[in-house]
Amino acid sequence: MTETVPSQAKRGIGRRAALSLAGAAVGAGAVTGFPTIWAQNIKNVTLRQFGTGVSNINAIAEKCKADLGITLAMTALDSDAAAQKAVTQPKSYDIADIEYWICKKIFPVGTLQPMDVKKIKYYDKIVPIFTTGKLTPDTVIAQGTSPSTVGFVQGKTSTKFASAPTEWMTLIPTIYNADTLGIRPDLVGRPITNWKDLVDPAFKGKAAILNIPSIGIMDAAMVMESAGAIKYGDKGNMTRGEIDKTIAFLIEQKKAGQFRAFWKSFDESVNLMASGEVVIQSMWSPAVAAVRAKGIPCVFQPLKEGYRAWGGGLGIAKHLSGLELDAAYEYINWYLSGWVGAYLNRQGYYSAVIDTAKQFMSADEWGFWMEGKPAAKDILSPEGKVMEKAGAVRDGGSFYDRMGHVACWNSVMTEDRYMVQKWNEFIAA
Amino acid sequence: MSVGVTGAGRRVAAPVALLQAMPLGLVLGVFLVVPIALLIVVSFFDYDSVQIIPGFVWTNYQDVLFSRVTWMIYLNTLKYTVIVWALTLFIGFWVAYVLGFLVQSKTLQMVLFLLCSIPFLTSNIIRMISWVPFLGRNGLINGLLLHLGVIRSPLEWLLFSDFAVVLAFVHLYTLFMVAPIFNTMMRIDRRLIEAAVDGGAGFWQVIANVIVPLCKPGIAIGSIFIVTLVMGDFITVRLMSGGQSASVGLMIYNQISLLQYPAACANAVVLLLTVLLMVGTILRLVDIRKEL
Repeated sequence: MTETVPSQAKRGIGRRAALSLAGAAVGAGAVTGFPTIWAQNIKNVTLRQFGTGVSNINAIAEKCKADLGITLAMTALDSDAAAQKAVTQPKSYDIADIEYWICKKIFPVGTLQPMDVKKIKYYDKIVPIFTTGKLTPDTVIAQGTSPSTVGFVQGKTSTKFASAPTEWMTLIPTIYNADTLGIRPDLVGRPITNWKDLVDPAFKGKAAILNIPSIGIMDAAMVMESAGAIKYGDKGNMTRGEIDKTIAFLIEQKKAGQFRAFWKSFDESVNLMASGEVVIQSMWSPAVAAVRAKGIPCVFQPLKEGYRAWGGGLGIAKHLSGLELDAAYEYINWYLSGWVGAYLNRQGYYSAVIDTAKQFMSADEWGFWMEGKPAAKDILSPEGKVMEKAGAVRDGGSFYDRMGHVACWNSVMTEDRYMVQKWNEFIAA
Repeated sequence: MSVGVTGAGRRVAAPVALLQAMPLGLVLGVFLVVPIALLIVVSFFDYDSVQIIPGFVWTNYQDVLFSRVTWMIYLNTLKYTVIVWALTLFIGFWVAYVLGFLVQSKTLQMVLFLLCSIPFLTSNIIRMISWVPFLGRNGLINGLLLHLGVIRSPLEWLLFSDFAVVLAFVHLYTLFMVAPIFNTMMRIDRRLIEAAVDGGAGFWQVIANVIVPLCKPGIAIGSIFIVTLVMGDFITVRLMSGGQSASVGLMIYNQISLLQYPAACANAVVLLLTVLLMVGTILRLVDIRKEL
């Protein structure tokens, strides 16, 4: 894996050099130049950041203050509330930390400004999932809102997404991961290999699915396709017919008593699993870690059909300019420079620039989190708690094994409104 | 009718009265009338997945009124309301009765009444969530019953079910029934009861012919609390049913969180009308002004 990434990066440099030699030179000058000029002033800047992912992590704000002097005022919200705030209160934030599918919904409204890639120091090292969309040259871009499809706009003032990388990026990727089903290995009583195992009658009354319509329907779609009940054109953008079928299937399962609960927040999913109310359910990776931290076995089970992936990133509010805008770029460049990346990797997420993160991780940590190797020593969380004992191997293996098997990305559908109506029908049934 | 008459009789003092009523009028105007007017206006707007488009369309109301889902959800919410109302009325009445008539010392009465309100020192959500370890599959009740050999496998319907929702509602809201009923009971002239007893009335006759009729205003006020609280609730239903049941409030909450404000407004207007109708009916049956 260490061989693939530099070669990716090189190709990136080549493409960019072709884009604009002069521009790149000016950009490079600006990036190295302004911190010394503005350094003193930037220390007084406060950036208001809200969002779902990294905005939950105070350690990042503290480190940012220590390294750059920039104060980050962070507000953590759930994804629905984040989308709302991004659109309806554009003056209330400077940095938006949102997911790519939210970006697809809100960027066209024009409350965020595209970022000049020339000012992004590590742009060329960003994992190609977010630029070309191809992790390796032979990757097939997964269904749903693949970050690369909403990662760029056509120009500085454009709100139209570009189909190929341009010089104007919508979000700088921060956290991303591949999600699958979480299971209680001690209670399921058999190997779990497919998404369809969620609706196995053996787990009647002990399964759960998440009740965030846009994500829940994707998990349901993975289950249905796995069970051979339907073949979707694009799981991330279903037709009305496909939505009807999926919801009918869910209602049938609900009526049969398959589901114990539908969860909406992280801690609900942890409690359901830890208490044994549920033995198999849609889950997120830190929730699995939280269950394990209680000493209860829980596995983030890799499945044959692949993962449902998601990604988040930082966007800059339209109203930022001058010193504050420079501070925002400074923050983003610092963000990609490694410390944060290592922090996120240690939490079980992935960082956007993995080269720089590697420098901040021990060889053993890197081997465990990124290469799927057994841990030589105990693996500690960023807060210093033991997450995994020596000898453990990460569920799903290496970065390439996991991110290379993405079946679909979290998405927002064209038939969004219809889908939500149908989803409400499912919950009310 | 009676309002009209008194209004006409006091017309002379109108300017002063108007001035006196102005502060309240302003507060209500700004914080009640204007928001509701906005709610109604927005309910006619159009929307897509990211923004509201000003306009005048009936689609939001069509979606609300002609969808089977809405009717089912309303029915479900009404079901909760009726059950919770009946249970809180029963429990509330007897708690108030004990406080009002059986406890003789005024001090003890107040102490006990305050005791009833102690749970309200913690948040609604905490009180709700604490039921989860109690009712769960591996929870305290199931553990106890299994241990005693009453059941062989854990009872699944204790948690994440209609039972759990109703239980939480009753737990949360009974005090709203106790307080107004207790209040009216305290105003009952004890001589009336003595007279009834002297006249040969038994316990149940006193309850049915003296206490209940005189408590009607309290019962009505308590019922208004319960109806409005349960009809508008979303969090209790979501947490206690494990997301498996829906209520009108939850439906509105879902729409708001998906930025579908006009749909949520239309729903809110319909809910508002429904609740007003229910409150109107209660007021029609009992004249609470008579007792206040």
